[in-house]
Amino acid sequence: MEQPFDLTLIWASIIAFGVMMYVLMDGFDLGQGILFPFAPDEHHRDVMMNSVAPVWDGNETWLVLGGAGLLAAFPLVYSVFLPALYIGVFLLLAGLIFRGVAFEFRFKAKTSKYLWNWAFAGGSTVAAFAQGAVVGAYIQGFNTENFRYVGGAFDWLTPFTVITGLGLVAGYALLGCTWLIMKSEGDVQQWAYKLAPRLLLAVLVVFAVISVYTPFVDPFVKERWFSGVTPIWLLPLLALYSAYVIFTSVRKQQEGMPFVATMALFLFTYLGLLVSKWPYMVPPNYTLWDAASAYESQLFLLLGFLFVIPIVLTYTAWTYWVFRGKVKAGGYH
Amino acid sequence: MELDPLLLSRIQFAFVVCFHAIFPVFTIGLASFIAVLEALSFKTGNPMWQQLSKFWIQVFAVVFGMGVVSGIVMSFQFGTNWSNFSYATANFLGPVLSYEVVTAFFLEAAFLGVLLFGRDKVPQGVHLFAAIMVALGTFISSFWILSANSLMQTPGGLELREGMYHVVSWSEALFTASFGYRFLHMALASFLTAALVVAGVSAWFILQKREMETNRKALSISLWMLLILAPMQVVVGDLHGLNTLEHQPVKVAAMEGNWETDTGVPLLLFAIPDQAAQTNHFEVKIPKLASYILTHDWDGEVPGLNEVEPAMQPPVFIVFWSFRIMVAMGLLMVVFAVWGLVLRYKRNYMQSRAFLQGLRWMSLSPFIAVLAGWVVTEAGRAPWLIYEQMTHAEGLTPSLTGGMALFTLIGYIVVYALVFSSGVYYLLKVFRGGIEKANAPHEQEEVERAKRPFSAAHVSMEGDN
Repeated sequence: MEQPFDLTLIWASIIAFGVMMYVLMDGFDLGQGILFPFAPDEHHRDVMMNSVAPVWDGNETWLVLGGAGLLAAFPLVYSVFLPALYIGVFLLLAGLIFRGVAFEFRFKAKTSKYLWNWAFAGGSTVAAFAQGAVVGAYIQGFNTENFRYVGGAFDWLTPFTVITGLGLVAGYALLGCTWLIMKSEGDVQQWAYKLAPRLLLAVLVVFAVISVYTPFVDPFVKERWFSGVTPIWLLPLLALYSAYVIFTSVRKQQEGMPFVATMALFLFTYLGLLVSKWPYMVPPNYTLWDAASAYESQLFLLLGFLFVIPIVLTYTAWTYWVFRGKVKAGGYH
Repeated sequence: MELDPLLLSRIQFAFVVCFHAIFPVFTIGLASFIAVLEALSFKTGNPMWQQLSKFWIQVFAVVFGMGVVSGIVMSFQFGTNWSNFSYATANFLGPVLSYEVVTAFFLEAAFLGVLLFGRDKVPQGVHLFAAIMVALGTFISSFWILSANSLMQTPGGLELREGMYHVVSWSEALFTASFGYRFLHMALASFLTAALVVAGVSAWFILQKREMETNRKALSISLWMLLILAPMQVVVGDLHGLNTLEHQPVKVAAMEGNWETDTGVPLLLFAIPDQAAQTNHFEVKIPKLASYILTHDWDGEVPGLNEVEPAMQPPVFIVFWSFRIMVAMGLLMVVFAVWGLVLRYKRNYMQSRAFLQGLRWMSLSPFIAVLAGWVVTEAGRAPWLIYEQMTHAEGLTPSLTGGMALFTLIGYIVVYALVFSSGVYYLLKVFRGGIEKANAPHEQEEVERAKRPFSAAHVSMEGDN
């Protein structure tokens, strides 16, 4: 077929956008679950859960959309990542299912509430860790031959991926904490203000470890970052500046800025990750063009996505608009 | 014992897909039933229709929610356990499965919220429109899934180039030889499921003397549906079988337990198929009937399992018995449909305890029939994953070990058992609450601004409220 556009690039942008949307949006609601065990009392937990209840499942829309889009547009990613991360994928799904169900039933539970608290906290933390480990596994690369994964079941589980896993747990907790600052008031908000700097510190420590460690794990990344002065150096600088803004805005007890700055921190880190690996989609062997599906298949689905993504975005924006303002603890029969 | 990743993956897939399938097969039919109730309410203004609709929308919300959660696992399993298959078919399966997801999200974003929460906020006509769109959307969703499955049964429109299938004709690939029959068969199965669940639950309420007049209406409408649909399903099932005979004769041979190609083949009512000995034990049969059913000729030739070597045969015992279970359920439905008609004619089906109690149990029958039917068609395709093109073994993830597969199999069983026992427990509470609870006024809560399916139900996990 005639190929007037490089659809592979368009699809790479769509997937990258979808992943970013997912990380930012599901990040802050997974964060509530990670912080759940540390909340002083049930009142705090009620507010935390209410602060994300109306939006969390819409947030996870992006994960499913991204997963399906991957199979259609970059089947090699789908058929290498999932076998390579077999156990991790199971943990991720089990975690997401538990916390999803906990959302539904905690609101309807009385005596069994503590069980759903644990399901929510455990599920969220496991899911966040698994996602962080996926990022680490992507940086490490995959043992592939002839477009097939040929490594073992636990190749993905290394000290490095444990660090990236913990890093994302800390990152989501920070995102969740600053979200809570924005959505709550009174003692819940004060608790979140106290927590935020400690979480930021944890994130920065992991951030530093990964930045130092990655070039050793991967010579390709080293080459990209340290072969001379490049404009991509701006990204870590911007990330650090975002961290600074988080710190000062929390200290000044601003309400919206900590969350916005945390999103910026995630965005610049994410972009830094993408440029580290570009154009490799299944490192170390395959680029995004190697991983792409047929042109006519990409085109067939693109028509549907171009129609649906604006609708999903509109609906998402509308949901957040309806849900603007502070939340309270209520909502229990 | 050496753990076989292939067998474990097949068991896992069967487990997950069976668990998942019971939810959509119900919601597809129920969505249409709700649309009908809303239309009746719109047209007649009789408040009973709206009371019924409010109750069944709550049930719909919970079942839909469980279907979505269990479906997420499905979409990842293709990659984790069947990566060779996923990779080879991605050019077709990728877009088709994505369109299913896209349809579901579009539906949820645009119309589900209006249906579940919008009754008092939008004009009644808009609410009816949303109900119709949700019903339509569930069908469009199932269109994509059944299209994907039909391609695996009767491939078409694809061309294999360097290990990957490429779509040469979208229309041929989406509408393969078995698609039309499969779609019709499943659509009727969904309607039957809704009809029988509504009938069973209404009968249960009537036995308890609750909201008699409203429940009588629901029972009446579902019995009419049953009367039309059950015989229709027998005919469509037969046509689907003839289509299978044409395209997958070995599957039909397994369904009939027919080991050797022959003329004047009997219909087996009972048998213990013995794959190792390539024969049946303890046959109870009606002479020549299988030939007549399959070829419409008492001496017609019916293909046997000996058309292929034993290694390429499906597991006959499973296919043979699943088929009989499915047919038995279908015939039971016809019996109840006719029984209901007779009682209606005598004007006393509200009084017949035997009939009402029977209907309660019959609400399980469509689920049994649907699962048995899917086992017939999926196990009957074995050892092929894509019929006569790719075997299960070829489609399996090459790096998968038996230990990994066993770990996730046990894991999914545990997760589903915990999660869905809670879900079913809650659903039963919604049923117990009944029409009265669904129509009781409740406070609009902060959290219920959440447009999540479960928020539509106002029943507590514990206690009686």
